[in-house]
Amino acid sequence: MNLLISSATMGLIFVPLALGLFVSYRVYQTLDLTTDGSFGVGVAVVAALLVRGVSPVTATLLGAMAGVLAGAITGIVHTQFRVGALLAGVLTTTALYSVDLFVMGGGNLPLANTESLVKLAERIGQQRFGIPETLTILGTSVSGGSLATLAMMGVLACGLALALTLFLGTDLGLAMRAAGNNPRMAKAVSIDVDRMVIVGLGLANGFIALSGALLAQHEGFANIQMGFGAVVTAVATLMVGEALFGKRPLGRWIAGVVAGSVVFRLLLALAIRAGLHPNALKLVTTVFVLTVLVIPELTRAARRRAMGSGAQHA
Amino acid sequence: MPEIALRLEAVSQVFHPDTPNEVRALDRVDLELARGSFTIVLGTNGSGKSSLLGTIAGSLGPATGRIWLDDQEVTRWPEQRRARLIGRVFQDPFTGTAADLSIAENLILASRRGGSRWLRRAVSPDRRDALRDTVARLGMGLENRLETPIGMLSGGQRQALTVLMATMVHPTLLLLDEHTAALDPRSAEQVVRLTQEVVTAGGLTTLMVTHSLTQAVRLGDRVLIMHRGRLVHDLAEVRGQRLTEDDLLQLFDQLQWGDRLDESAAEMLRQTYV
Repeated sequence: MNLLISSATMGLIFVPLALGLFVSYRVYQTLDLTTDGSFGVGVAVVAALLVRGVSPVTATLLGAMAGVLAGAITGIVHTQFRVGALLAGVLTTTALYSVDLFVMGGGNLPLANTESLVKLAERIGQQRFGIPETLTILGTSVSGGSLATLAMMGVLACGLALALTLFLGTDLGLAMRAAGNNPRMAKAVSIDVDRMVIVGLGLANGFIALSGALLAQHEGFANIQMGFGAVVTAVATLMVGEALFGKRPLGRWIAGVVAGSVVFRLLLALAIRAGLHPNALKLVTTVFVLTVLVIPELTRAARRRAMGSGAQHA
Repeated sequence: MPEIALRLEAVSQVFHPDTPNEVRALDRVDLELARGSFTIVLGTNGSGKSSLLGTIAGSLGPATGRIWLDDQEVTRWPEQRRARLIGRVFQDPFTGTAADLSIAENLILASRRGGSRWLRRAVSPDRRDALRDTVARLGMGLENRLETPIGMLSGGQRQALTVLMATMVHPTLLLLDEHTAALDPRSAEQVVRLTQEVVTAGGLTTLMVTHSLTQAVRLGDRVLIMHRGRLVHDLAEVRGQRLTEDDLLQLFDQLQWGDRLDESAAEMLRQTYV
Protein backbone atom coordinates (compact mmCIF):
# COMPACT_ATOMS: atom_id res chain seq x y z
CA MET A 1 0.00 0.00 0.00
CA ASN A 2 2.77 2.39 0.92
CA LEU A 3 4.57 1.52 -2.29
CA LEU A 4 1.40 2.25 -4.22
CA ILE A 5 0.95 5.63 -2.54
CA SER A 6 4.56 6.69 -2.89
CA SER A 7 4.85 5.73 -6.54
CA ALA A 8 1.48 7.28 -7.39
CA THR A 9 2.68 10.49 -5.71
CA MET A 10 5.89 10.37 -7.72
CA GLY A 11 3.87 9.79 -10.86
CA LEU A 12 1.72 12.83 -10.14
CA ILE A 13 4.79 14.95 -9.38
CA PHE A 14 6.07 14.10 -12.84
CA VAL A 15 2.76 14.94 -14.54
CA PRO A 16 3.77 18.57 -15.26
CA LEU A 17 6.99 17.22 -16.81
CA ALA A 18 4.95 14.94 -19.06
CA LEU A 19 2.53 17.77 -19.94
CA GLY A 20 5.47 20.00 -20.79
CA LEU A 21 6.92 17.40 -23.09
CA PHE A 22 3.47 16.89 -24.56
CA VAL A 23 3.56 20.54 -25.59
CA SER A 24 7.09 20.51 -27.02
CA TYR A 25 7.26 16.98 -28.43
CA ARG A 26 3.66 16.39 -29.50
CA VAL A 27 2.24 19.84 -30.20
CA TYR A 28 5.47 21.23 -31.68
CA GLN A 29 6.95 17.91 -32.79
CA THR A 30 10.33 19.09 -31.52
CA LEU A 31 12.38 17.06 -29.09
CA ASP A 32 13.29 19.91 -26.79
CA LEU A 33 16.50 19.15 -24.91
CA THR A 34 15.96 22.19 -22.69
CA THR A 35 13.83 19.72 -20.70
CA ASP A 36 16.69 18.41 -18.52
CA GLY A 37 17.91 21.95 -17.90
CA SER A 38 14.56 23.49 -17.08
CA PHE A 39 13.72 20.60 -14.73
CA GLY A 40 17.02 21.29 -12.97
CA VAL A 41 16.48 25.02 -12.79
CA GLY A 42 13.09 24.40 -11.19
CA VAL A 43 14.84 22.31 -8.54
CA ALA A 44 17.57 24.90 -7.99
CA VAL A 45 15.37 27.98 -7.82
CA VAL A 46 12.81 26.50 -5.47
CA ALA A 47 15.55 25.18 -3.16
CA ALA A 48 17.46 28.45 -3.08
CA LEU A 49 14.28 30.39 -2.30
CA LEU A 50 13.02 27.97 0.35
CA VAL A 51 16.26 28.08 2.35
CA ARG A 52 15.94 31.86 2.30
CA GLY A 53 12.53 31.59 3.89
CA VAL A 54 10.37 32.43 0.88
CA SER A 55 6.88 30.91 1.09
CA PRO A 56 6.59 27.57 -0.72
CA VAL A 57 3.84 28.74 -3.06
CA THR A 58 5.86 31.76 -4.22
CA ALA A 59 9.05 29.72 -4.46
CA THR A 60 7.33 27.05 -6.57
CA LEU A 61 5.82 29.65 -8.90
CA LEU A 62 9.18 31.38 -9.32
CA GLY A 63 10.79 28.00 -10.03
CA ALA A 64 8.27 27.47 -12.81
CA MET A 65 8.90 30.98 -14.11
CA ALA A 66 12.61 30.18 -14.37
CA GLY A 67 11.61 27.30 -16.63
CA VAL A 68 9.43 29.61 -18.75
CA LEU A 69 12.44 31.85 -19.20
CA ALA A 70 14.71 28.94 -20.11
CA GLY A 71 12.25 27.68 -22.70
CA ALA A 72 11.77 31.13 -24.17
CA ILE A 73 15.55 31.50 -24.49
CA THR A 74 15.77 28.22 -26.39
CA GLY A 75 12.88 29.39 -28.54
CA ILE A 76 14.56 32.70 -29.31
CA VAL A 77 17.92 31.08 -30.09
CA HIS A 78 16.16 28.59 -32.34
CA THR A 79 13.84 30.93 -34.23
CA GLN A 80 15.75 34.22 -34.32
CA PHE A 81 19.31 32.94 -34.76
CA ARG A 82 18.30 29.90 -36.82
CA VAL A 83 20.12 27.47 -34.54
CA GLY A 84 18.77 23.90 -34.81
CA ALA A 85 16.23 23.00 -32.13
CA LEU A 86 18.37 20.22 -30.65
CA LEU A 87 21.48 22.39 -30.38
CA ALA A 88 19.51 25.33 -29.00
CA GLY A 89 18.14 23.09 -26.25
CA VAL A 90 21.55 21.64 -25.41
CA LEU A 91 23.06 25.13 -25.25
CA THR A 92 20.41 26.32 -22.80
CA THR A 93 20.70 23.17 -20.69
CA THR A 94 24.49 23.43 -20.51
CA ALA A 95 24.35 27.08 -19.53
CA LEU A 96 21.71 26.30 -16.92
CA TYR A 97 24.04 23.84 -15.20
CA SER A 98 26.26 26.75 -14.18
CA VAL A 99 23.25 28.89 -13.35
CA ASP A 100 21.96 26.16 -11.05
CA LEU A 101 25.31 25.88 -9.26
CA PHE A 102 25.33 29.64 -8.66
CA VAL A 103 21.71 29.71 -7.54
CA MET A 104 22.12 26.78 -5.15
CA GLY A 105 25.61 27.78 -4.06
CA GLY A 106 26.80 24.21 -4.69
CA GLY A 107 25.65 20.85 -5.99
CA ASN A 108 23.49 19.93 -3.00
CA LEU A 109 21.00 21.78 -0.84
CA PRO A 110 19.13 20.02 1.98
CA LEU A 111 15.56 21.17 2.47
CA ALA A 112 14.73 19.06 5.54
CA ASN A 113 14.39 22.08 7.81
CA THR A 114 12.68 24.47 5.42
CA GLU A 115 9.01 24.97 4.77
CA SER A 116 7.68 23.24 1.63
CA LEU A 117 4.50 22.50 -0.29
CA VAL A 118 4.66 18.92 0.98
CA LYS A 119 4.75 20.03 4.61
CA LEU A 120 1.99 22.50 3.82
CA ALA A 121 -0.10 19.67 2.39
CA GLU A 122 0.51 17.54 5.47
CA ARG A 123 -0.54 20.40 7.75
CA ILE A 124 -3.65 21.22 5.75
CA GLY A 125 -4.56 17.53 5.68
CA GLN A 126 -4.29 17.33 9.46
CA GLN A 127 -5.90 20.60 10.41
CA ARG A 128 -8.59 21.13 7.78
CA PHE A 129 -9.55 17.60 6.88
CA GLY A 130 -8.62 15.87 10.13
CA ILE A 131 -6.45 13.19 8.57
CA PRO A 132 -4.81 11.34 11.50
CA GLU A 133 -1.04 10.87 11.83
CA THR A 134 -1.28 7.25 10.78
CA LEU A 135 -4.20 5.23 9.56
CA THR A 136 -4.76 1.69 8.45
CA ILE A 137 -5.83 0.90 4.89
CA LEU A 138 -6.33 -2.72 3.85
CA GLY A 139 -4.32 -3.91 6.82
CA THR A 140 -1.24 -1.75 6.30
CA SER A 141 -0.50 1.36 8.28
CA VAL A 142 -0.13 4.46 6.16
CA SER A 143 1.05 7.90 7.21
CA GLY A 144 -1.61 10.57 6.95
CA GLY A 145 0.95 13.00 5.63
CA SER A 146 1.69 10.89 2.59
CA LEU A 147 -2.02 10.67 1.79
CA ALA A 148 -2.33 14.45 2.04
CA THR A 149 0.66 14.88 -0.26
CA LEU A 150 -0.87 12.42 -2.74
CA ALA A 151 -4.11 14.39 -2.70
CA MET A 152 -2.38 17.71 -3.23
CA MET A 153 -0.29 16.42 -6.12
CA GLY A 154 -3.38 14.79 -7.59
CA VAL A 155 -5.37 18.00 -7.50
CA LEU A 156 -2.44 19.94 -8.94
CA ALA A 157 -1.77 17.42 -11.74
CA CYS A 158 -5.42 17.14 -12.78
CA GLY A 159 -5.88 20.91 -12.56
CA LEU A 160 -2.90 21.52 -14.81
CA ALA A 161 -4.01 18.87 -17.29
CA LEU A 162 -7.48 20.39 -17.43
CA ALA A 163 -6.08 23.89 -17.83
CA LEU A 164 -3.81 22.76 -20.66
CA THR A 165 -6.68 20.99 -22.42
CA LEU A 166 -8.85 24.10 -22.20
CA PHE A 167 -5.98 26.33 -23.30
CA LEU A 168 -5.23 24.24 -26.40
CA GLY A 169 -8.89 24.66 -27.34
CA THR A 170 -8.70 28.45 -27.40
CA ASP A 171 -7.86 30.59 -30.42
CA LEU A 172 -4.32 31.03 -29.10
CA GLY A 173 -3.89 27.34 -28.26
CA LEU A 174 -5.20 26.33 -31.67
CA ALA A 175 -2.76 28.74 -33.32
CA MET A 176 0.06 26.99 -31.42
CA ARG A 177 -1.11 23.57 -32.59
CA ALA A 178 -1.29 24.79 -36.17
CA ALA A 179 2.21 26.28 -35.90
CA GLY A 180 3.48 22.91 -34.68
CA ASN A 181 1.52 20.80 -37.13
CA ASN A 182 2.07 22.77 -40.34
CA PRO A 183 4.10 25.99 -40.13
CA ARG A 184 3.46 26.90 -43.79
CA MET A 185 -0.27 26.67 -43.31
CA ALA A 186 0.00 28.63 -40.05
CA LYS A 187 1.83 31.48 -41.75
CA ALA A 188 -0.73 31.50 -44.55
CA VAL A 189 -3.46 32.18 -41.98
CA SER A 190 -1.35 35.01 -40.48
CA ILE A 191 0.00 33.17 -37.46
CA ASP A 192 3.43 34.36 -36.29
CA VAL A 193 5.04 30.92 -36.11
CA ASP A 194 8.28 32.11 -34.50
CA ARG A 195 6.41 33.81 -31.70
CA MET A 196 4.25 30.72 -31.21
CA VAL A 197 7.39 28.56 -30.88
CA ILE A 198 8.89 30.90 -28.29
CA VAL A 199 5.67 31.07 -26.27
CA GLY A 200 5.11 27.33 -26.65
CA LEU A 201 8.58 26.35 -25.49
CA GLY A 202 8.21 28.81 -22.61
CA LEU A 203 4.95 27.17 -21.59
CA ALA A 204 6.38 23.65 -21.94
CA ASN A 205 9.45 24.39 -19.86
CA GLY A 206 7.41 26.23 -17.25
CA PHE A 207 5.51 22.99 -16.68
CA ILE A 208 8.75 21.03 -16.64
CA ALA A 209 10.43 23.32 -14.10
CA LEU A 210 7.32 23.06 -11.94
CA SER A 211 7.86 19.31 -11.83
CA GLY A 212 11.42 19.89 -10.68
CA ALA A 213 10.26 22.28 -7.99
CA LEU A 214 7.74 19.72 -6.71
CA LEU A 215 10.26 16.89 -6.73
CA ALA A 216 12.82 18.81 -4.66
CA GLN A 217 10.17 19.60 -2.05
CA HIS A 218 8.97 16.02 -1.96
CA GLU A 219 12.46 14.57 -1.62
CA GLY A 220 13.49 17.16 0.96
CA PHE A 221 16.68 18.08 -0.85
CA ALA A 222 17.92 19.56 -4.08
CA ASN A 223 20.66 18.08 -6.20
CA ILE A 224 22.29 19.44 -9.33
CA GLN A 225 21.74 16.07 -11.07
CA MET A 226 17.99 15.85 -10.52
CA GLY A 227 17.11 17.00 -14.02
CA PHE A 228 19.37 14.51 -15.73
CA GLY A 229 17.45 12.24 -18.06
CA ALA A 230 14.14 14.04 -17.54
CA VAL A 231 13.49 14.21 -21.27
CA VAL A 232 13.82 10.45 -21.79
CA THR A 233 11.64 9.69 -18.77
CA ALA A 234 9.00 12.06 -20.10
CA VAL A 235 9.06 10.52 -23.58
CA ALA A 236 8.55 7.10 -21.98
CA THR A 237 5.64 8.51 -19.98
CA LEU A 238 3.99 9.91 -23.09
CA MET A 239 4.29 6.55 -24.81
CA VAL A 240 2.69 4.70 -21.90
CA GLY A 241 -0.15 7.21 -21.87
CA GLU A 242 -0.73 6.98 -25.61
CA ALA A 243 -0.70 3.19 -25.48
CA LEU A 244 -3.37 3.29 -22.76
CA PHE A 245 -5.62 6.10 -23.98
CA GLY A 246 -4.83 6.78 -27.64
CA LYS A 247 -4.42 10.20 -29.23
CA ARG A 248 -7.95 11.30 -29.94
CA PRO A 249 -9.72 13.43 -28.95
CA LEU A 250 -7.32 15.92 -27.39
CA GLY A 251 -8.83 15.70 -23.89
CA ARG A 252 -8.44 11.94 -23.84
CA TRP A 253 -4.86 12.22 -25.09
CA ILE A 254 -3.95 14.60 -22.26
CA ALA A 255 -5.78 12.45 -19.70
CA GLY A 256 -3.59 9.64 -21.00
CA VAL A 257 -0.49 11.72 -20.30
CA VAL A 258 -1.55 12.02 -16.65
CA ALA A 259 -2.38 8.33 -16.40
CA GLY A 260 0.80 7.38 -18.23
CA SER A 261 2.94 9.26 -15.75
CA VAL A 262 1.38 7.44 -12.79
CA VAL A 263 1.37 4.03 -14.44
CA PHE A 264 4.98 4.46 -15.49
CA ARG A 265 6.05 5.10 -11.88
CA LEU A 266 4.05 2.12 -10.69
CA LEU A 267 5.76 -0.06 -13.27
CA LEU A 268 9.17 1.18 -12.17
CA ALA A 269 8.30 0.55 -8.50
CA LEU A 270 7.16 -2.97 -9.34
CA ALA A 271 10.30 -3.60 -11.35
CA ILE A 272 12.47 -2.54 -8.42
CA ARG A 273 10.44 -4.65 -6.06
CA ALA A 274 10.91 -7.59 -8.41
CA GLY A 275 14.65 -7.18 -8.00
CA LEU A 276 15.72 -4.59 -10.58
CA HIS A 277 18.71 -2.62 -9.36
CA PRO A 278 17.71 1.08 -8.97
CA ASN A 279 20.88 2.10 -10.80
CA ALA A 280 19.53 0.38 -13.90
CA LEU A 281 16.39 2.53 -14.03
CA LYS A 282 17.60 4.98 -16.67
CA LEU A 283 18.97 2.15 -18.80
CA VAL A 284 15.67 0.31 -18.61
CA THR A 285 13.73 3.49 -19.43
CA THR A 286 15.93 4.14 -22.45
CA VAL A 287 15.57 0.60 -23.72
CA PHE A 288 11.81 0.92 -23.28
CA VAL A 289 11.66 4.13 -25.33
CA LEU A 290 13.90 2.68 -28.00
CA THR A 291 11.75 -0.45 -28.20
CA VAL A 292 8.54 1.52 -28.58
CA LEU A 293 10.15 3.67 -31.27
CA VAL A 294 11.66 0.73 -33.14
CA ILE A 295 8.80 -1.78 -33.10
CA PRO A 296 6.56 0.07 -35.59
CA GLU A 297 9.58 0.50 -37.85
CA LEU A 298 10.35 -3.23 -37.71
CA THR A 299 6.77 -4.25 -38.39
CA ARG A 300 6.66 -1.88 -41.36
CA ALA A 301 9.86 -3.37 -42.69
CA ALA A 302 8.52 -6.89 -42.15
CA ARG A 303 5.32 -6.01 -43.99
CA ARG A 304 7.33 -4.54 -46.86
CA ARG A 305 9.38 -7.71 -47.06
CA ALA A 306 6.23 -9.83 -46.99
CA MET A 307 4.68 -7.74 -49.75
CA GLY A 308 7.90 -7.85 -51.73
CA SER A 309 8.09 -11.65 -51.65
CA GLY A 310 4.37 -11.82 -52.43
CA ALA A 311 4.95 -9.77 -55.53
CA GLN A 312 7.74 -12.10 -56.57
CA HIS A 313 5.46 -15.11 -56.25
CA ALA A 314 2.84 -13.40 -58.36
CA MET B 1 -10.76 51.62 -51.71
CA PRO B 2 -7.84 52.05 -54.11
CA GLU B 3 -8.46 50.75 -57.60
CA ILE B 4 -5.10 48.97 -57.72
CA ALA B 5 -5.06 45.96 -55.38
CA LEU B 6 -1.47 44.91 -56.05
CA ARG B 7 1.47 46.84 -57.42
CA LEU B 8 4.98 45.56 -58.07
CA GLU B 9 7.78 47.94 -58.98
CA ALA B 10 11.01 46.50 -60.43
CA VAL B 11 10.78 43.37 -58.27
CA SER B 12 13.68 40.95 -58.64
CA GLN B 13 14.24 37.69 -56.84
CA VAL B 14 17.73 36.28 -57.19
CA PHE B 15 18.74 32.96 -55.63
CA HIS B 16 22.39 32.34 -54.71
CA PRO B 17 23.47 35.80 -55.88
CA ASP B 18 27.10 36.29 -56.95
CA THR B 19 27.78 32.56 -57.15
CA PRO B 20 28.04 30.32 -60.20
CA ASN B 21 24.59 28.96 -59.25
CA GLU B 22 22.95 32.37 -59.47
CA VAL B 23 19.34 32.09 -60.58
CA ARG B 24 17.41 35.18 -61.56
CA ALA B 25 13.91 33.88 -60.75
CA LEU B 26 12.31 37.30 -61.19
CA ASP B 27 13.94 40.01 -63.26
CA ARG B 28 12.69 43.55 -62.59
CA VAL B 29 9.00 42.74 -62.80
CA ASP B 30 6.50 45.62 -62.91
CA LEU B 31 2.87 44.71 -62.45
CA GLU B 32 -0.43 46.27 -61.42
CA LEU B 33 -3.56 44.29 -60.71
CA ALA B 34 -6.87 46.12 -60.85
CA ARG B 35 -9.33 45.45 -58.06
CA GLY B 36 -11.63 42.57 -58.89
CA SER B 37 -9.55 41.34 -61.83
CA PHE B 38 -8.74 37.67 -62.42
CA THR B 39 -5.22 37.33 -63.78
CA ILE B 40 -3.65 34.12 -65.05
CA VAL B 41 0.08 33.51 -65.15
CA LEU B 42 1.37 31.08 -67.77
CA GLY B 43 4.92 30.00 -68.52
CA THR B 44 7.28 27.07 -68.68
CA ASN B 45 8.72 25.30 -65.68
CA GLY B 46 11.32 27.56 -64.15
CA SER B 47 9.98 30.67 -65.85
CA GLY B 48 9.37 32.32 -62.47
CA LYS B 49 5.61 31.85 -62.07
CA SER B 50 5.78 30.33 -58.63
CA SER B 51 8.58 32.70 -57.62
CA LEU B 52 6.26 35.56 -58.51
CA LEU B 53 3.57 34.25 -56.17
CA GLY B 54 6.06 33.37 -53.43
CA THR B 55 7.63 36.82 -53.62
CA ILE B 56 4.25 38.53 -53.38
CA ALA B 57 3.26 36.32 -50.44
CA GLY B 58 6.60 36.94 -48.73
CA SER B 59 7.48 33.25 -48.37
CA LEU B 60 10.54 33.40 -50.62
CA GLY B 61 12.73 35.70 -48.59
CA PRO B 62 13.66 39.29 -49.36
CA ALA B 63 13.43 40.52 -52.90
CA THR B 64 14.56 43.82 -54.36
CA GLY B 65 12.05 46.34 -55.67
CA ARG B 66 8.86 47.41 -53.97
CA ILE B 67 5.49 45.78 -53.38
CA TRP B 68 2.19 47.45 -52.46
CA LEU B 69 -1.09 45.85 -51.42
CA ASP B 70 -4.04 48.25 -51.24
CA ASP B 71 -1.65 51.21 -51.40
CA GLN B 72 0.26 49.97 -48.33
CA GLU B 73 3.86 49.18 -48.98
CA VAL B 74 4.43 45.62 -47.75
CA THR B 75 7.95 45.12 -49.08
CA ARG B 76 9.39 44.69 -45.58
CA TRP B 77 6.45 42.80 -44.09
CA PRO B 78 7.09 39.16 -43.11
CA GLU B 79 4.93 36.46 -44.65
CA GLN B 80 2.50 36.11 -41.73
CA ARG B 81 1.81 39.85 -41.75
CA ARG B 82 1.14 39.95 -45.48
CA ALA B 83 -1.17 36.98 -44.96
CA ARG B 84 -3.60 39.36 -43.26
CA LEU B 85 -4.26 40.73 -46.76
CA ILE B 86 -3.54 37.65 -48.85
CA GLY B 87 -5.47 34.41 -49.21
CA ARG B 88 -3.36 31.61 -50.62
CA VAL B 89 -3.94 28.15 -52.06
CA PHE B 90 -0.87 26.01 -52.70
CA GLN B 91 -0.27 23.37 -55.35
CA ASP B 92 0.11 20.59 -52.79
CA PRO B 93 -3.21 20.01 -51.01
CA PHE B 94 -1.24 19.03 -47.90
CA THR B 95 0.40 22.45 -47.58
CA GLY B 96 -2.68 24.56 -47.05
CA THR B 97 -4.22 22.60 -44.19
CA ALA B 98 -3.00 21.23 -40.84
CA ALA B 99 -3.43 17.46 -41.22
CA ASP B 100 -3.75 16.56 -37.54
CA LEU B 101 -6.37 19.20 -36.80
CA SER B 102 -10.05 18.69 -37.52
CA ILE B 103 -11.96 20.26 -40.41
CA ALA B 104 -13.62 22.62 -37.93
CA GLU B 105 -10.31 23.62 -36.35
CA ASN B 106 -8.70 24.32 -39.72
CA LEU B 107 -11.61 26.49 -40.83
CA ILE B 108 -11.66 28.38 -37.52
CA LEU B 109 -7.96 29.06 -37.85
CA ALA B 110 -8.62 30.52 -41.28
CA SER B 111 -11.59 32.54 -40.02
CA ARG B 112 -9.22 34.30 -37.57
CA ARG B 113 -6.80 35.32 -40.33
CA GLY B 114 -5.79 38.91 -39.68
CA GLY B 115 -7.67 38.94 -36.37
CA SER B 116 -6.41 38.56 -32.82
CA ARG B 117 -6.05 35.17 -31.21
CA TRP B 118 -6.48 35.07 -27.45
CA LEU B 119 -8.23 32.91 -24.94
CA ARG B 120 -11.64 32.65 -26.57
CA ARG B 121 -12.83 29.10 -27.06
CA ALA B 122 -11.92 28.29 -30.66
CA VAL B 123 -14.59 25.78 -31.70
CA SER B 124 -17.60 27.18 -29.87
CA PRO B 125 -21.16 25.99 -30.69
CA ASP B 126 -22.15 29.17 -32.53
CA ARG B 127 -18.97 29.19 -34.61
CA ARG B 128 -19.50 25.52 -35.41
CA ASP B 129 -23.03 26.20 -36.64
CA ALA B 130 -21.77 28.93 -38.93
CA LEU B 131 -19.13 26.54 -40.28
CA ARG B 132 -21.65 23.83 -40.98
CA ASP B 133 -23.47 26.12 -43.42
CA THR B 134 -20.24 27.21 -45.10
CA VAL B 135 -19.04 23.64 -45.57
CA ALA B 136 -22.45 22.43 -46.72
CA ARG B 137 -22.11 24.74 -49.74
CA LEU B 138 -19.37 22.44 -51.04
CA GLY B 139 -21.87 19.64 -51.48
CA MET B 140 -19.32 17.08 -50.33
CA GLY B 141 -21.14 15.99 -47.18
CA LEU B 142 -18.28 17.27 -45.05
CA GLU B 143 -20.62 19.32 -42.84
CA ASN B 144 -21.34 16.14 -40.87
CA ARG B 145 -17.65 15.33 -40.43
CA LEU B 146 -16.42 18.56 -38.90
CA GLU B 147 -14.53 16.69 -36.17
CA THR B 148 -12.66 14.51 -38.67
CA PRO B 149 -8.93 15.23 -38.90
CA ILE B 150 -8.44 16.98 -42.22
CA GLY B 151 -5.58 14.59 -43.03
CA MET B 152 -8.13 11.79 -43.52
CA LEU B 153 -9.74 13.57 -46.49
CA SER B 154 -8.85 13.22 -50.17
CA GLY B 155 -6.64 15.79 -51.89
CA GLY B 156 -9.65 17.24 -53.72
CA GLN B 157 -11.63 17.66 -50.53
CA ARG B 158 -8.67 19.25 -48.78
CA GLN B 159 -8.07 21.62 -51.67
CA ALA B 160 -11.74 22.61 -51.79
CA LEU B 161 -11.57 23.39 -48.06
CA THR B 162 -8.36 25.35 -48.61
CA VAL B 163 -10.12 27.53 -51.20
CA LEU B 164 -12.83 28.20 -48.61
CA MET B 165 -10.19 28.89 -45.95
CA ALA B 166 -8.28 31.34 -48.15
CA THR B 167 -11.43 33.36 -48.79
CA MET B 168 -13.27 33.15 -45.44
CA VAL B 169 -11.82 36.50 -44.48
CA HIS B 170 -12.08 38.73 -47.56
CA PRO B 171 -8.54 38.90 -49.00
CA THR B 172 -7.18 41.93 -50.80
CA LEU B 173 -5.49 39.43 -53.08
CA LEU B 174 -6.10 35.74 -53.68
CA LEU B 175 -3.06 33.74 -54.82
CA LEU B 176 -3.67 30.37 -56.50
CA ASP B 177 -0.49 28.44 -57.24
CA GLU B 178 -1.44 25.68 -59.69
CA HIS B 179 -3.96 24.65 -57.10
CA THR B 180 -5.56 21.95 -59.19
CA ALA B 181 -2.40 20.47 -60.72
CA ALA B 182 -2.07 17.70 -58.14
CA LEU B 183 -5.72 16.60 -58.39
CA ASP B 184 -7.49 14.03 -60.54
CA PRO B 185 -9.55 15.60 -63.37
CA ARG B 186 -12.88 15.29 -61.57
CA SER B 187 -11.65 16.85 -58.33
CA ALA B 188 -9.82 19.51 -60.33
CA GLU B 189 -13.07 20.42 -62.07
CA GLN B 190 -14.87 20.65 -58.70
CA VAL B 191 -12.18 22.89 -57.28
CA VAL B 192 -12.14 25.11 -60.38
CA ARG B 193 -15.89 25.55 -60.21
CA LEU B 194 -15.70 26.36 -56.51
CA THR B 195 -12.91 28.85 -57.18
CA GLN B 196 -14.98 30.55 -59.84
CA GLU B 197 -17.94 30.75 -57.46
CA VAL B 198 -16.11 32.27 -54.51
CA VAL B 199 -14.12 34.68 -56.67
CA THR B 200 -17.24 35.95 -58.41
CA ALA B 201 -19.28 36.11 -55.21
CA GLY B 202 -16.60 38.06 -53.37
CA GLY B 203 -15.43 40.13 -56.33
CA LEU B 204 -11.92 39.01 -55.40
CA THR B 205 -8.71 40.19 -57.01
CA THR B 206 -7.06 36.95 -58.06
CA LEU B 207 -3.65 35.95 -59.38
CA MET B 208 -3.51 32.35 -60.53
CA VAL B 209 -0.68 30.24 -61.89
CA THR B 210 -1.83 27.36 -64.05
CA HIS B 211 -0.60 24.90 -66.61
CA SER B 212 -4.03 24.53 -68.14
CA LEU B 213 -4.90 26.73 -71.10
CA THR B 214 -8.51 25.67 -70.69
CA GLN B 215 -8.57 27.11 -67.19
CA ALA B 216 -6.75 30.20 -68.42
CA VAL B 217 -9.34 31.16 -71.04
CA ARG B 218 -12.24 30.08 -68.87
CA LEU B 219 -11.33 31.92 -65.70
CA GLY B 220 -8.99 34.73 -66.58
CA ASP B 221 -9.78 38.19 -67.81
CA ARG B 222 -6.10 38.89 -68.20
CA VAL B 223 -3.27 36.53 -69.10
CA LEU B 224 0.41 37.09 -68.31
CA ILE B 225 3.07 34.97 -69.96
CA MET B 226 6.35 34.61 -68.13
CA HIS B 227 9.70 33.56 -69.48
CA ARG B 228 13.05 33.59 -67.69
CA GLY B 229 11.77 35.69 -64.83
CA ARG B 230 10.19 38.37 -67.01
CA LEU B 231 6.64 39.14 -68.03
CA VAL B 232 6.91 38.81 -71.82
CA HIS B 233 3.22 39.08 -72.68
CA ASP B 234 0.34 40.86 -71.03
CA LEU B 235 -3.03 40.12 -72.61
CA ALA B 236 -5.64 42.31 -71.02
CA GLU B 237 -9.38 41.87 -71.29
CA VAL B 238 -9.09 38.33 -72.50
CA ARG B 239 -12.68 37.56 -71.71
CA GLY B 240 -14.01 40.43 -73.83
CA GLN B 241 -11.88 39.35 -76.78
CA ARG B 242 -12.98 35.74 -76.38
CA LEU B 243 -9.44 34.49 -76.53
CA THR B 244 -9.21 30.79 -77.33
CA GLU B 245 -6.68 28.15 -76.40
CA ASP B 246 -5.49 28.22 -80.02
CA ASP B 247 -4.78 31.94 -79.74
CA LEU B 248 -2.62 31.27 -76.71
CA LEU B 249 -0.77 28.48 -78.47
CA GLN B 250 -0.16 30.77 -81.42
CA LEU B 251 1.23 33.31 -79.02
CA PHE B 252 3.75 30.84 -77.75
CA ASP B 253 4.83 30.24 -81.33
CA GLN B 254 5.10 33.96 -81.99
CA LEU B 255 7.21 34.30 -78.89
CA GLN B 256 9.55 31.78 -80.37
CA TRP B 257 9.75 33.65 -83.67
CA GLY B 258 10.24 36.86 -81.83
CA ASP B 259 13.34 35.23 -80.39
CA ARG B 260 12.07 35.83 -76.91
CA LEU B 261 11.73 32.12 -76.30
CA ASP B 262 14.40 29.77 -77.50
CA GLU B 263 13.55 26.66 -79.44
CA SER B 264 13.74 24.29 -76.50
CA ALA B 265 11.53 26.45 -74.32
CA ALA B 266 8.89 26.60 -77.04
CA GLU B 267 9.07 22.85 -77.36
CA MET B 268 8.61 22.51 -73.63
CA LEU B 269 5.61 24.79 -73.75
CA ARG B 270 4.08 22.74 -76.49
CA GLN B 271 4.69 19.51 -74.60
CA THR B 272 3.23 20.95 -71.44
CA TYR B 273 0.13 22.43 -72.96
CA VAL B 274 -0.77 20.38 -75.99
